[in-house]
Amino acid sequence: MANMKIPRTEMPQQDPKVRAGNFLEVATGYTVQMALDEASRCLNCRHKPCVAGCPVNIEIPDFIKKITEQDFEGAYQVISKSSSLPAVCGRVCPQESQCEAKCVRGIKTEPVAIGRLERFAADWHNANTTEKAEKPVSNGHKVAVIGSGPAGLTCAGDLAKKGYEVTVFEALHTAGGVLQYGIPEFRLPKDIVNKEVQNLIDLGVSVQTNMVIGRVLSIDELQEMGFEAVFIGSGAGLPRFMNIPGENLNGVYSANEFLTRVNLMKAYKDDSTTPIMHAKHVAVVGGGNVAMDAARSALRLGAEEVTIVYRRSENELPARAEEVHHAKEEGIVFRTLNNPVEILGDENDNVTGIKCIKMELGEPDASGRRRPVPVEGSEYVLPMDCVIIAIGTSPNPLIKSTTKGLDTQRWGGIIADEDGLTSRENVYAGGDAVTGAATVILAMGAGKKAAAAIDKAFSEK
Amino acid sequence: MYKILKKEVLNPTVTKMVVDAPMIAKKAEPGQFIILRTDENGERIPLTIADYDRENGTVTIIFQIVGATTNQLNSFSEGDYIHDFVGPLGNATETDGLKKVAVVGGGVGCAIAYPVAKKLFDKGVEVHSVVGFRNKDLVILEDEFKSHSTVFKMMTDDGSYGEKGLVTNALQALIEEGNTYDEVITIGPLIMMKFVAKLTEKYGIKTVVSMNPIMIDGTGMCGGCRLTVGGETKFACVDGPDFDGHKVDFDEAIKRGRFYHEFERHAYEESCNLLNKEVK
Repeated sequence: MANMKIPRTEMPQQDPKVRAGNFLEVATGYTVQMALDEASRCLNCRHKPCVAGCPVNIEIPDFIKKITEQDFEGAYQVISKSSSLPAVCGRVCPQESQCEAKCVRGIKTEPVAIGRLERFAADWHNANTTEKAEKPVSNGHKVAVIGSGPAGLTCAGDLAKKGYEVTVFEALHTAGGVLQYGIPEFRLPKDIVNKEVQNLIDLGVSVQTNMVIGRVLSIDELQEMGFEAVFIGSGAGLPRFMNIPGENLNGVYSANEFLTRVNLMKAYKDDSTTPIMHAKHVAVVGGGNVAMDAARSALRLGAEEVTIVYRRSENELPARAEEVHHAKEEGIVFRTLNNPVEILGDENDNVTGIKCIKMELGEPDASGRRRPVPVEGSEYVLPMDCVIIAIGTSPNPLIKSTTKGLDTQRWGGIIADEDGLTSRENVYAGGDAVTGAATVILAMGAGKKAAAAIDKAFSEK
Repeated sequence: MYKILKKEVLNPTVTKMVVDAPMIAKKAEPGQFIILRTDENGERIPLTIADYDRENGTVTIIFQIVGATTNQLNSFSEGDYIHDFVGPLGNATETDGLKKVAVVGGGVGCAIAYPVAKKLFDKGVEVHSVVGFRNKDLVILEDEFKSHSTVFKMMTDDGSYGEKGLVTNALQALIEEGNTYDEVITIGPLIMMKFVAKLTEKYGIKTVVSMNPIMIDGTGMCGGCRLTVGGETKFACVDGPDFDGHKVDFDEAIKRGRFYHEFERHAYEESCNLLNKEVK
């Protein structure tokens, strides 16, 4: 019988004042006792609404039951049947709008902390299991995966487990995609990402870095080389800018550039040779997870004040509630219902400030959210020496422009059916390259579906 | 890892390396570039492809020693390995339909201009090459240009070699002599390209410039290489690196290029100190 008395177990975390000055992980993870306490709150409902809330349908009550039985490796095994990146998802999934949103315990009190338990099981496995994944017997089929982000890694992992000979092509010098260049160390330690990539290599996946598909090899050439199926998981692509005056001043970054310098190029380390601006007053434009990551990274690089400038109200912030909460705890200033109209610079083109206009909410727009409307005459200037634009991305044209017959949406996203199949035979796609910027878990879900579809297609041949 | 097969010092600040990179060599075209990292903690720096040999699977780079990374790269010898070498990136220079072209190179930019001149010349295009250097000691690729040009003009700032003057002086003279070019292709320092574009605008000659801004990934992800072309923001890595010289906002590009100067100067001095220590 579930323990109805104890409240949801808090996640231990670094003190906000301390962590604002370091890049160590914010949340330090459950102890065994915390995990047992939290697992005991699960009702083990027969209709398991949480499973339906998970994009990869992890058997959540089963793994939680294993935790209550203190079979932590067993819990990990249950998760890894459905998810190839448990330690990643336990950290970065928006559980509050997925599995935990469906949790029956959440109706009267608070839902079971499924994400924290997932992380616990994955971390326990990583700390206590030395067994390497074994390479399955090859089935002789070759598959190429373009991109080593969450979609590509998942697709590659699922296929490799079934005996496919998978080669992953990564454009950058390190595998992991957004997990590597985008999400900061304090949210997702890179050791975890590297371990997940190593797991794939142990499974027999060949990971080739420095390979920009569309340039060094085309999809047609991959097929000529004997890759019977190709999965495109090339990610979101080009950063968007606002097209306001001053956006090309020195001190204006896209969030992609800023985070890539910090994460992939390791500017967060004291001995790094990567150039990065250690600005004192930083404005981050946008309200998503990427904006939060950029703001909190700028703070950790030594900024005195970091301000989020977001055109809608706090209720519409697209970032996870937890990230907003953490950012506020660390002292990030939120200027919601404000929109930049110009970035100001000095005679050397260095940023000196940002001119904003106040906004108010009008009628609902196409997204169902109330449209922000400028309040006339309300412009004001905030002094800044750095501005980071985090308002999303548009698809990278590279693969589209070099692949004949690959249909794309008007906005550039690759068109794929339920299974991820594109307009080209044996060419599948998934993740941000199809949907536009979304979450890690949705990309994983797409990679998983495509892997299943590829396997089905081959088995039927 | 990518092996350095050949290293040649072209002048005290410019070095040429032939690198074993068969897949890139197979696809490379003039105007495209590579990105390299010297070691596992290194910066990613873009360098334009100076030449390629599809049969032998090699790509040639020519670089000026200006910062920590190029300084370290220059310390490598034949047989050493470059940690990462990715490409070919960017779009190739358009050469279709051209009959008579002036190729204008300045300084180490000549390393990029040369493969363009070569490709055009080999296609039977009439190529007038104008190259400029600060002085005689800095001259590179003279023979290569000479053997791939119908007309060749050498300019130096101080008159120590060729004619004294700027590339714009020689180009203007060629135009005034009655040469009509389908296109001028110019590659070199931003300030030089700016003035070449200004000159050709006066004569209404289409002018292509090759931009080499700050860049990280080179595939369109970071947006660091953005510049303004005809009032629109473009990314040099996916939209370029070649652009219409009459539309590029050079002043902005020059200022953006200076963003990390201070940082780079520090890193360069440190890298010099480190190398000195190793030598001692």
